[in-house]
Amino acid sequence: MKKIFLSAAAMCAMLVAVAQTTAVKDSSFKSRKLKLDEISLVSSYYRQNGDHASVTGGIGSEKLSDIANVIDISFIRHDNKGRKNTLAAEFGIDHYTSASSDQIDLKANTSASHADTRIYPSANWTVEDENKGRTYGVGVSVSSEYDYLSLGANVSFAQKTNNKNGEFSAKFQAFLDQVTLITPVELRPGYNNSGKDNRNSGTAARNTFDLSLSYSQIINQRLQVLLSGDAVQQNGYLSLPFHRVYFKDNSVHQEKVPDSRTKIPVGIRANYFAGDKFIFKTYYRFYKDNFGIQSNTGSLEMPVKINPFLSISPFYRYYEQTASKYFAPYATHTAADEYYTSNYDFSKFASNFFGIGFRSAPPKGVFGNRHLKSAEMRYGHYSKNVQLNSDIISLNLNFK
Amino acid sequence: MRKNIFRSLLFSVISLLALSSCSTVKAYQKNRLNDAEMVLGNRKIEKTENSFQTYREGSSGANSGKTGGGCGCN
Repeated sequence: MKKIFLSAAAMCAMLVAVAQTTAVKDSSFKSRKLKLDEISLVSSYYRQNGDHASVTGGIGSEKLSDIANVIDISFIRHDNKGRKNTLAAEFGIDHYTSASSDQIDLKANTSASHADTRIYPSANWTVEDENKGRTYGVGVSVSSEYDYLSLGANVSFAQKTNNKNGEFSAKFQAFLDQVTLITPVELRPGYNNSGKDNRNSGTAARNTFDLSLSYSQIINQRLQVLLSGDAVQQNGYLSLPFHRVYFKDNSVHQEKVPDSRTKIPVGIRANYFAGDKFIFKTYYRFYKDNFGIQSNTGSLEMPVKINPFLSISPFYRYYEQTASKYFAPYATHTAADEYYTSNYDFSKFASNFFGIGFRSAPPKGVFGNRHLKSAEMRYGHYSKNVQLNSDIISLNLNFK
Repeated sequence: MRKNIFRSLLFSVISLLALSSCSTVKAYQKNRLNDAEMVLGNRKIEKTENSFQTYREGSSGANSGKTGGGCGCN
């Protein structure tokens, strides 16, 4: 916990230093030079514990902690046609420790995979023609960790309706990933039970293509809604090589799921401003895929404005899913099964997530610092009815 | 699967038809809609929450978040 505050404090100090060198901008002036628009920092600490680790075949500790820091910097300029160009660069770094990853080698107390760091930079460029209500965008992303590399790219388009009360948007994303084939040690060729680590390897491809469509509409001065849907296609190696599956006869195998997965989620959001102090934010999502998982997600968040610049937001989210047809608990699968996993993220379960957020955005800046435009903190507790509990605390600071 | 997709599409079409009867709200009438808390989508602070939920649950998408790229292996 101390680490997250120390890292957040260090990044804040750096950001304040950067922000103080930036001249105050006049929002009515449309600069043709690239100007720093906003710097955003998100830091979070996540911890979980459970009893169904996939690495050990659906039994064993799922204890895990993760510290994440993401810095987002956006620049804007107006081109000679008056269009607003926005360049947003993001850099994220996570450091996590995982008890179950330590069990790739069952005899190890702490193997190399006990802790890992993930870095994920990305850049997005959008061009917005405010007169036509049209926006185009392109972006690229990278995510790299010890056993996984993901390269992503996206294109997007958005068009407002003539009265600017509705907007249609479309985004196509592709992720070309490489999974390093780290096998449980006892399943590696040449393993002689002496604990010798014959690190087999190689990589396998996993590709994800996602088309997202959405339509938002202002209903009246207090209510707006958003309809959204995705069509996601994944191909390639979709199992995880170090997930064990124990069969009924006690033999051990690597997880095996099909090499193609289609996901269809559709969702609706509605936000309503009641009176001057209360906002109701609702969300519902229906999801189905060809692994046999069907889920429903519903959430309600209710920001209460203590004053125009300070709000408190309690929130609650409920989620339920059916089990994948390829899932079975520890020592249940048989040799007759073509595909098998004991990953409890694919099991039937329901989860509850609740918590509270605080947001402050005073006109003279948070703590009187005119560059620190807003500060937000959020805590949530998550529990699954399959013996998994977690907590997350996040902090977001926005500098202008 | 097809039945559910059909139901979802039907739901979307009916919703869109209902929305077409909306009144036009002028820019100067949007002070409540422009409030930072009224954003239709996830705010930046929810980024890491979405990540862990994507990793810990079998489903993802339709929430302005990413739908791939990243392991979530543990």
